[in-house]
Amino acid sequence: MLADKDRIFTNLYGRHSPALKAAQMRGAWDGTKFLIDRGRDWIINEMKASGLRGRGGAGFPTGLKWSFMPKPDPARPSYLVVNADESEPGTCKDREILRNDPHLLIEGCLIASMAMGAHACYIYVRGEYIEERDALEAAVQEAYAANLIGRNNVHGWPFDLYVHHGAGAYICGEETALLESLEGKKGMPRMKPPFPANMGLYGCPTTVNNVESIAVAPTILRRGAAWFAGFGAKNNAGTKLFCISGHVNNPCNVEEAMSIPFRELIDRHCGGVRGGWDNLLAVIPGGSSVRCVPADQIIDTPMDFDSLSKLRSGLGTAAVIVMDKSTDIVRAIARLSYFYKHESCGQCTPCREGTGWMWRVVSRMAEGRAQKREIDMLLDVSKQIEGHTICALGDAAAWPIQGLITHFRPEIERRIDAYSANPHSEPVQMMAAQ
Amino acid sequence: MSVRRLAQTQPASFAFTPDNAAQAQALIAKYPDGRQASAVVPLLWLAQKQHDYWLPKPAIEEVARLLSMPVIRVMEIATFYSMFNLEPVGKYFIQLCGTTPCALRGAEAVRQVCLDRIGPQKQVSSDGIFAWAEVECLGACCNAPMVQINDDYYEDLTPQNFAKLLDDLAAGRAVAKGSQTGRSASAPTGGDTTLSDTQLYDGSQLGAWQKRFAESEATKVETKA
Ligand SMILES: Cc1cc2nc3c(=O)[nH]c(=O)nc-3n(C[C@H](O)[C@H](O)[C@H](O)COP(=O)(O)O)c2cc1C
Ligand code: SF4
Ligand code: FES
Repeated sequence: MLADKDRIFTNLYGRHSPALKAAQMRGAWDGTKFLIDRGRDWIINEMKASGLRGRGGAGFPTGLKWSFMPKPDPARPSYLVVNADESEPGTCKDREILRNDPHLLIEGCLIASMAMGAHACYIYVRGEYIEERDALEAAVQEAYAANLIGRNNVHGWPFDLYVHHGAGAYICGEETALLESLEGKKGMPRMKPPFPANMGLYGCPTTVNNVESIAVAPTILRRGAAWFAGFGAKNNAGTKLFCISGHVNNPCNVEEAMSIPFRELIDRHCGGVRGGWDNLLAVIPGGSSVRCVPADQIIDTPMDFDSLSKLRSGLGTAAVIVMDKSTDIVRAIARLSYFYKHESCGQCTPCREGTGWMWRVVSRMAEGRAQKREIDMLLDVSKQIEGHTICALGDAAAWPIQGLITHFRPEIERRIDAYSANPHSEPVQMMAAQ
Repeated sequence: MSVRRLAQTQPASFAFTPDNAAQAQALIAKYPDGRQASAVVPLLWLAQKQHDYWLPKPAIEEVARLLSMPVIRVMEIATFYSMFNLEPVGKYFIQLCGTTPCALRGAEAVRQVCLDRIGPQKQVSSDGIFAWAEVECLGACCNAPMVQINDDYYEDLTPQNFAKLLDDLAAGRAVAKGSQTGRSASAPTGGDTTLSDTQLYDGSQLGAWQKRFAESEATKVETKA
């Protein structure tokens, strides 16, 4: 198990004050100037060597991303934009950073901005996180008042930090939709290329990073790339916040070493699976957008990017949704299909039409009101959406359906048989589908 | 995607209160010159909060005027983002999370309380106090099931504690935000499994990490000499 002394988020549960003084006692802002004085190349190299992969879902190496930013040009200022839109179902970790450990994030923003030659940063907080936004805003004010950030701050890198917010739209978590939204438009993803590093916010070079990716940076630099890289399997370095929800005895957020086996994660921190390990049905290990994994395959799997992608699933945001045998798995996935239908921005035909179509078909399947040949049709449609859209929401809508059919086809067939043996017109109750 | 339209009945006018007008200017100042459109969502939100949590047409027009944006662009924003309520929502607007992680932990039972107590969703109750709607994941899944009421989250709900919460709100009694079972944030019930080392909090470890740099500096000097 990860030792407390190796945990980065030491106020995860808000048992201590989030304010500056207490945060400094916990190590935030400790020697920031020393780190900044090491210079841009040192910071980027350390971040690369640490093996940190983006915590927003895609797992792209953070140091490498920072190195893509072009040389500063006064005519086109560079920006850091922090993605605090946290809306992937199952995910609720950035929230705890925003309200309980905001100074780690703010310090990270300063250091990351300096490393990328940016003098301004926007943090885009999802609209519903009002308490979290207020907490973050209060911490930003504290940092300004203590001259830790600002035009003439003690660290010698002129830097302004602004808190921005959305108003309810999952798609604004997609980085280019987020930039559109931040510019005052509808959150509709942009075609790539150009990538944000060349044409981002206001047409200027921009890097978008997740809250957790930025908030861990100062501690990595303090304790060293080798320290961080010492946790987790090769290529899956570091400590990670896991959000465990669903049918465990004690759902919680917890920081653990990457590659911790699933069983150990759940036994140690969540009091086990509800009803015991034999009662486990399936797990969605990385937020709603990844394929579910049946119990026997997940139990001894290390929780990291590579191990989970070998199971054709993914670590995603490390939002672990646990389902025991009482779960109506078809309905659980159908509800996710409704989510993607609801959140599609409507720009691309396969996503706009396909998400609604998949939701209607899988909802019928949850009741058994379907033909068996429709199962293959559904799989086929999901594959026509996957990879054929502007942004990854199309893929995210397709994968849960694919996971369901791959692992639970017999269950769908059983329902179809049961329904045709006793056809009835009464639909099974399903939230949002009335 | 869903189709959203403005309310049938609209007030004649809308103006920001002096406080909010000042706050609007502070919000606009966060963005570079000529980029004031960036403030559109924050300004619409400010207007909605001032106007009983729903956004009337004159407010949309006022925000467009303040930001020198075409009204249709602001209208697009108001209809695109789901937190903008285009119709009255009662004194307490309940957003019930219905996405799978909440559904796995009993959102359906909480939803039944809404149906029994308030009636169908998206309609203000006859006493004008409540309205509710099912929404998508609110990012508090470790504290499922949960609702947001106006600005605040209420978590770890059961049909019983939720019904009591509604009673207390209706009666004007004080209520506790956050977890309704007394959990601290998303800590595991049954006791914390981490973060018990007191050295994390007493400042005793501050600066210890700099040793590594001092040591490597020292070896550098040695090799030079
Ligand atoms: C539909 C969709 C929603 C997303 N939502 C989020 C989100 O809420 N938070 C987040 O950090 N990244 C989200 N992402 C990923 C971002 O596009 C981007 O990859 C990420 O913010 C990069 O940060 P990282 O490199 O630090 O992980 C989403 C992506 C897609 C396609
Ligand atoms: S894939 Fe869906 S959400 Fe993404 S741009 Fe296309 S329509 Fe919009
Ligand atoms: S699913 Fe309800 S808060 Fe995430």
